[in-house]
Amino acid sequence: MNGHTDAVPMKPRRPLSGWGRTNPSVADVVELPNHEVRAALKEAGPRGALVRGLGRSYGDAAQNGGGLVLRLLGAAHQAVLQPDRPSVTVPAGVSIDELLRVIVPRGFFVPVTPGTRFVTIGGAIASDIHGKNHHLEGSFGNHVDAITLLLADGSTEVVTPTDRPELFWATIGGMGLTGAILDATIRVLPIETSRMAVDTTRVPDLEALFTAMAEGDDDYRYSVAWIDPQARGRHLGRSVLSRGDHARLDRLDPADAIDPLAYGPHQLASIPPLVPPMGVINHATVAAFNEMWFRKAPRHRTDEVQSIASFFHPLDMVGAWNRIYGRRGMLQYQFVVPFGQEDTMRTVVERLSASGTASFLAVLKRFGAGNSAPLSFPAPGWTLAVDVPAGSRGLGELLHGLDRLVLDAGGRHYFAKDAHTTAHAIRRGYPRLDEWKAVRDEVDPHGVWQSDLSRRLGLTG
Amino acid sequence: MDNALGEPQTMLLLGGTSDIGLAIVRELLTPAARTVVLACRDVDKGERAAAGLRHDGLTVAVVAFDGAATDTHEQLITDVVAAHGDIDLAIVAFALLGDGPSTITDVAAAAEIAEVNFTGTVTATIAVANAMRTQGHGGIVMLSSVAGERVRSANPVYGGTKAGIDGFAQGLGDGLASQGVHVLVVRPGFVHSSMTAGRAAAPFATTPEKVAEVTAKGLRAGRRTVWAPGLLRYVFMALRHTPGPVWRRLPLG
Repeated sequence: MNGHTDAVPMKPRRPLSGWGRTNPSVADVVELPNHEVRAALKEAGPRGALVRGLGRSYGDAAQNGGGLVLRLLGAAHQAVLQPDRPSVTVPAGVSIDELLRVIVPRGFFVPVTPGTRFVTIGGAIASDIHGKNHHLEGSFGNHVDAITLLLADGSTEVVTPTDRPELFWATIGGMGLTGAILDATIRVLPIETSRMAVDTTRVPDLEALFTAMAEGDDDYRYSVAWIDPQARGRHLGRSVLSRGDHARLDRLDPADAIDPLAYGPHQLASIPPLVPPMGVINHATVAAFNEMWFRKAPRHRTDEVQSIASFFHPLDMVGAWNRIYGRRGMLQYQFVVPFGQEDTMRTVVERLSASGTASFLAVLKRFGAGNSAPLSFPAPGWTLAVDVPAGSRGLGELLHGLDRLVLDAGGRHYFAKDAHTTAHAIRRGYPRLDEWKAVRDEVDPHGVWQSDLSRRLGLTG
Repeated sequence: MDNALGEPQTMLLLGGTSDIGLAIVRELLTPAARTVVLACRDVDKGERAAAGLRHDGLTVAVVAFDGAATDTHEQLITDVVAAHGDIDLAIVAFALLGDGPSTITDVAAAAEIAEVNFTGTVTATIAVANAMRTQGHGGIVMLSSVAGERVRSANPVYGGTKAGIDGFAQGLGDGLASQGVHVLVVRPGFVHSSMTAGRAAAPFATTPEKVAEVTAKGLRAGRRTVWAPGLLRYVFMALRHTPGPVWRRLPLG
């Protein structure tokens, strides 16, 4: 010991994982405002750089092991509502949660929201997220007018669907690998109230669900079904179908109508960090929960007034709910298969149910048309998302088997959820991958933008 | 990058013809695996092992590796990373068993075992650890042995090197944890393999496949030490605390 330390500069290295808390990696993590990103990029070494939002993608999409990870600071009050058309320009680091608190009281709603409002605008674009309105209004990228993009060479460019369509669409769903999204102008939806008018129906099985959604979805702006993935036999696919639209002013009670755009969602509770390492998810607890969920739903109820939070973001009421899966974490398996592949969907649900993998409610959604982005996930068909504990016995074999079914049916997997699939599966599921790579290679020839996901799935390098 | 199921994409086996090492590789091969690199002294034997592993979608490369040539280890790892990208899992499985009785008296033979088993293991592992620190993730499986838990008079050189690398790997692993790198120390008992062919089996003898199963389970569970078979943990807990006069009289071969 010679009393002085080596002159190695201290870098803020720390482990990062996705929402599933499965495969972490260690990176240099820097929080900074938009105008400092360019300078920070010069520090990026051979492992490159990546912008991370709120870390709600389930796998390794927002990790960059050994490299640089940037978190953009931005405040919702910097959002600018455009005077001429209902659109808003927002810093990329702002979350949908923060944005809603600003725009809902002014009579606007985000064009697309996923099942959590804790995602950033940058992340929403990079993952081209979808929501309950996909069947009519498409994914997030369909509602973006312009993106300010910091490119690998340090230049900043405003890309739009008309000015630089290839780069624009490569950035939509491009997992942050075309450049740093600094801000974006997105079209917003005028609303009269901050409430939802909701129809809820219990559906006895999968066949009835396909029929109900195919026949009735187009009458609703929003539609999603929660399936009990443990139901078997004649109950296979029993579900609660929830559909609705923003409530009109005349639908509200007089008391609520005084402040029709009131909006202030809050968390009821948060899961503490001290959950037992094995988690509290097991077959018994999950079966009880799923049974309760199905039973508590009304057989059929129409025009019920609900809050935005309870309709769109029920899980957000519990903070850090991913901790209930314990130290091993969880995966969310999400895929889409085209219309006409209902049998494949049935087989997947059967296998999940038969596997006994403890799984909370799965979400089934009917997608509408896809968009022009080569790596955008949604495509016309059925999508299923299901949470499974990462430590389940035989999970690898189950999921790799399901992958083959999905790919053989012409389906694919969602980057924002993926934590297990392979470069081969991505190549099959995304036939326009090379087109995307060509655009990326042009704007980032030296591979500055990288992530654990991009290396794992062969998107870069 | 390991996926969320703990399935490695790229594995490096140092000691590429080791029965236990190859069994661990086979146990961890999944559709997620893309590359296996077998680093071994006997390249021809390595090629035969590679032929047994190869299948559609899996690249198996064989590279020359000499455990005793410690000054080549860093370059070897650099080359592997340059050719195949991140190393998700490295299995350190090379060692010389030596002929117990002669190593006690043969200085040259003892030196060779000490050089390969200890110095070579340390240099190769540090080279791997450096690469993994740079990539911010990775796993190292260190093949230790119960022989290092309490060294027997019958083969003190081998046992001594295993005691050394066991301690080395634990200390290294504790320091690497915060760097995203996980080290698992595996302590098998007597394993029926080509290394022990022709020797009398000790109690609780096991097979490379069983050791591989225990290793895979330990990796998935995030353990830092596993024993194969698991019962040996308790056997050696007792043996470790057996008074010397009793220990020396035990018929341990």
